[in-house]
Order: sequence, then structure tokens, then C-alpha cells
Amino acid sequence: MRGRFALRSVALGYLTLLLVLPVGFVFLKTFEHGVGAAWDSVTTPAARHAFWLTIELVAIAVPLCTLFGVVAAIAIVRRRWRGRALFNALLDIPFAVSPVVIGLALLLVYGRLGWFGDWLAQNGLRIVFAFPGMLLATIFVSLPFVARETIPVLREVGTEQEQAAATLGAGPFQTFWRVTLPAIRWGVAYGVVLTTARALGEFGAVSVVSGHIAGQTETLTLHVEDRVEAFDLTGAYAAALVLALIALLTLLSMNLLRRKEAV
Amino acid sequence: MTGIVVSDVSKSFGDFVAVDDISLTVPDGSLTALLGPSGSGKSTLLRMIAGLEEPGAGQIVIGGADVTRTPARKREIGFVFQHYAAFKHMTVRDNVAFGLEIRRADRAKIRSRVDELLRLVHLEAYAKRYPSQLSGGQRQRMALARALAVEPRVLLLDEPFGALDATVRRDLRAWLRRLHDEVSVTTILVTHDQEEAMEVAGQIVVMNGGRIEQVGSPRELYEAPANDFVAGFVGPVTELAGSKLRPHDVDIRIDPVDGAMEAQVRRVTHLGFEVRVELEAGDGRRLWAQLTREEAEQLELMDGQIVYVRASRRMPVALA
Repeated sequence: MRGRFALRSVALGYLTLLLVLPVGFVFLKTFEHGVGAAWDSVTTPAARHAFWLTIELVAIAVPLCTLFGVVAAIAIVRRRWRGRALFNALLDIPFAVSPVVIGLALLLVYGRLGWFGDWLAQNGLRIVFAFPGMLLATIFVSLPFVARETIPVLREVGTEQEQAAATLGAGPFQTFWRVTLPAIRWGVAYGVVLTTARALGEFGAVSVVSGHIAGQTETLTLHVEDRVEAFDLTGAYAAALVLALIALLTLLSMNLLRRKEAV
Repeated sequence: MTGIVVSDVSKSFGDFVAVDDISLTVPDGSLTALLGPSGSGKSTLLRMIAGLEEPGAGQIVIGGADVTRTPARKREIGFVFQHYAAFKHMTVRDNVAFGLEIRRADRAKIRSRVDELLRLVHLEAYAKRYPSQLSGGQRQRMALARALAVEPRVLLLDEPFGALDATVRRDLRAWLRRLHDEVSVTTILVTHDQEEAMEVAGQIVVMNGGRIEQVGSPRELYEAPANDFVAGFVGPVTELAGSKLRPHDVDIRIDPVDGAMEAQVRRVTHLGFEVRVELEAGDGRRLWAQLTREEAEQLELMDGQIVYVRASRRMPVALA
């Protein structure tokens, strides 16, 4: 009994110190000068632009990452091919490499002095210091989540249901939509939540390739940094709170969906 | 005609030869059991007939058409897995309707066909439940209904009762037998349980080490096994004076008779209807006999008693 109590205290204390306290503090600080001040600072043109830019990035990056993740998971778990182990290992690169390095790598490849720099400039395409570069960076850093969450679920579900579907006349696509996807949906869903959280919070890689142009290439995280540097702490806290709220909303909606289905 | 003809089929997994050059004919409308220990290749053979496994060599013909390279989904088979392979996110009704939905059958037709099958497997009351809310036996009946819904040309059952407890297993066996009499679709049942094979199947294929040991009716296999393996697999065997026989064919006498050997009773075990008598024959070899309760009561056998034993019936084939 006492051992369990001690264990709980440690876990809760740890959580409080590392998570609840700092986040709660952000919440308090945001409304330090009243709700009006906080509202004003998240409705400035720069803040609004940062908000919508972040939403846009997430809205494009998350579906692409999800599609890639599910396909990659099936390729790794269900197919036998040369280079499968290598592919599986490469998949974790975005986890292993620092986002700043990823940003720099993108600069090296797509920047003005990079490999494709000349070709891109000649064709009037702008990737770095513009939306496409930020999108690439966001996708890159949040790529492995869906695959990593789906792979164990796919393994656990096994192939029997898929084989049963085949004996009942279902083709590969029918089997995927009607049998495989419903069976792995919560793995995928959790991957989507993590991908969204990662895409929302991405700072390093996006910071390198964005160029920090307020009102143009500034996401919410970059906006937070910008506000901190401008000594506008209310603005920084308020923007941070918005970020936290979006993440919370994603998590909450996923839980609601799940609960609705469980009934 | 939907008989199945397997010709010279082999299959290896790496170095392991699972099925070794097998040829087999399953008559139209029959219920055939593939019987063998685990690793004998019976499941692999069944999965090749289903198209879930591709043969390394040989040919498979269903209903006169060569299906060796035909994918499972086009073979018009019904397959039942040992662990049900139920679609967990679908209700019982949707599970059973799956094959018909895939075939884009008419809504009303699907409905009536599914109702009919649910009646057949006694699951009408469970149509709206999910597989997780069913018992093992109910799940397997659902899987059978699902396989039968598309009116398959052949029904393939891979250890269908293997995961169920003994009572449910016995019930389902009898039920499967009746079902086959009703629907009479060509059926292959894979099992490692000789009693199950004997009770349900008309034809039994005994497999061992990737090969067929013998094909025959339950009675043929029991009374005239082709070799030691079959003899031992389809029933108990004991040895008397160098020849093999079934323990219930050991004739025990209190007084010496012609051709009988002296033996000493070592142990008498009562198992309800059956009584088991362990003996040590005059040549020092151990054997055992199976008696009915009445026989045992008449003999009044006791441990250590000297009796005389002979074979009332030998197996006709000289066994190695």
C-alpha cells in the first residue's frame, strides 16, 4: 500500500513539476493584464496570419503524412521486399536528426545556392523562405508518427481477417477499406494526433527555412519567439496558449469520436 | 461437378518441405478429412487448395477448372479459420453479409440470404451483436455462415473446432455432419483429432511428414491400416506375440485355450464403460487390453492374477 502511494506521489509530482506547473503558468500569465489584453494580442494582423498559416500547414501536412504513414506501415509489415529493413531504419531519420539540421539540409538542397537552386530560380519557383519550404520542413519532421503507431497495430491484427476477406471475394482495395483500415483505425488516429501536435509545434526546421517574415512566413511558434524577442510577453503567452488549445482540441475530438464508437 | 483434384503438389518454406509431392482426389459432394499430427502438411495443403498459399509445384483443379494460379478471391471457396478470423468491427449480420456485399448483390436479396443463414447456424438472435460479444462456438458458427453465404463451390475448414472446449466441439461436430447432409457442398476438414475425423468425414486422408499415408473410409483405416503410423494414429495399438492388434481384440481367458499365451495382470483401471487391463505376457512383453464393464465383471480380474491371452482379431495387413 505504502509503496503504491509513494509511486503515485512521485509520478504525480513529476508530472506537476514538468507539465502542469509550466502550462498553468502560461495560462495565468496570458491573462495577467486581463482577457482584453490577451485577446488583442492574438488578434493583431501578424498573430492572425501566423494562426492561419499554421492551420494551413497542418491541414496539408497531416493528410500527406497520414497517407505516407499507412502505406509505409503496410509495406513494412505486409510485404516482403529487398531494402525493407533499410526503409524501416530510414523512416526514423526525422526522429533521430535535430530539426535544425533538417532545416539546413532543406536549405542545402532547395536554397538559392543549393543543388536545385539554379533550376528553381530559372523556373520562378520559390521553395526556401516561402510556404513550400515550410511545408516540406513540417512534413519531414512529422513523417514517422503515423507509420510508427500503425506498424505494431497492423502486426497485432494479423493477416487472418485479410485472408478471410480474400476467400470471400474481396480484392486488395476492398480488403483495405473494409477490413484492414477499420481494424487499424485507432493506431492511425493516434498517429494523426501525434502528427498534428508535432506539425503544430514544429520550430527548428521551419525556423531555418522560413526567413521569419512577419505576416508572411511566420507560424505560431515563430510568432511566439518573435513576441518574446520584442518583449511582448502577453503576446507570446497568448499565442502559446492558442497553440496548446489547438492541440488539446485535436486530442479531445479524437477521444470523443472514440467514445461515441464504443457505445 | 465440384470435386477437387490435387496432382503432384509440393510446397517448401525455406528448407522445410511442408507438402511433398501429394496427389489426391476429393469426390464431389463428399466430406473429406485431412488427418495428421501438427507439421504433417495438412493445413498447408488446404491453404493451397484455397489459394492462400501458392504451390511450389503441381496442379490444383476445382470443378474441372485448373485454379493453380487463380487468386483465392476468384476460386469461389468458403474458408473457415481455426481462430474464426471474424471481422471484429462488424456486427454478426455484416460479417455474414460481407461476401454478398462484395459481390454487389441486391439489398433485399442480401437481407433474406443472411436471415436464412443466421437461422441455419442458430444465430438469429445475435445478428446485431459484435464478435467480441459471442462465445467461441457462436463465433465459429458465424464464420461458417459467412463462408456459406456466397454459396461456395467447396467449403474448406482449417481445424475449425481446435480452439473450442470439448463439449462445444462435440456439439459442433454433430451439427457440421447434419449441415453437410443438408447443404452437401464438397467439404474438406483439417484436423489432428482422429475421433473428430472419424465421426464427421466419409473419407479420411491420413498425412504425415508432408505425405499421404493412406486414404480410406474411417472403417477401412481402423480395420486395415496401411502401416504402423496409420494404425497408431487412428486408434490404440498393442502387441501380442509379435503381431499388432487393437486392445479390444485381446481375448482374456481364465483357463488355458489353444493358441493363448500365459500372462500376468499388472493393473486394472476402471474408466466407466471401459476397463483397461495392463498385462505382462509370458515372453516378458507388456500389452494392454480394453474390456467392457460386463466382460471385466465376468472375469473378476485381480492384480497379479495369471490369465491366458490371444488375439481374437488381428489387423489384416502385416505391419512393419
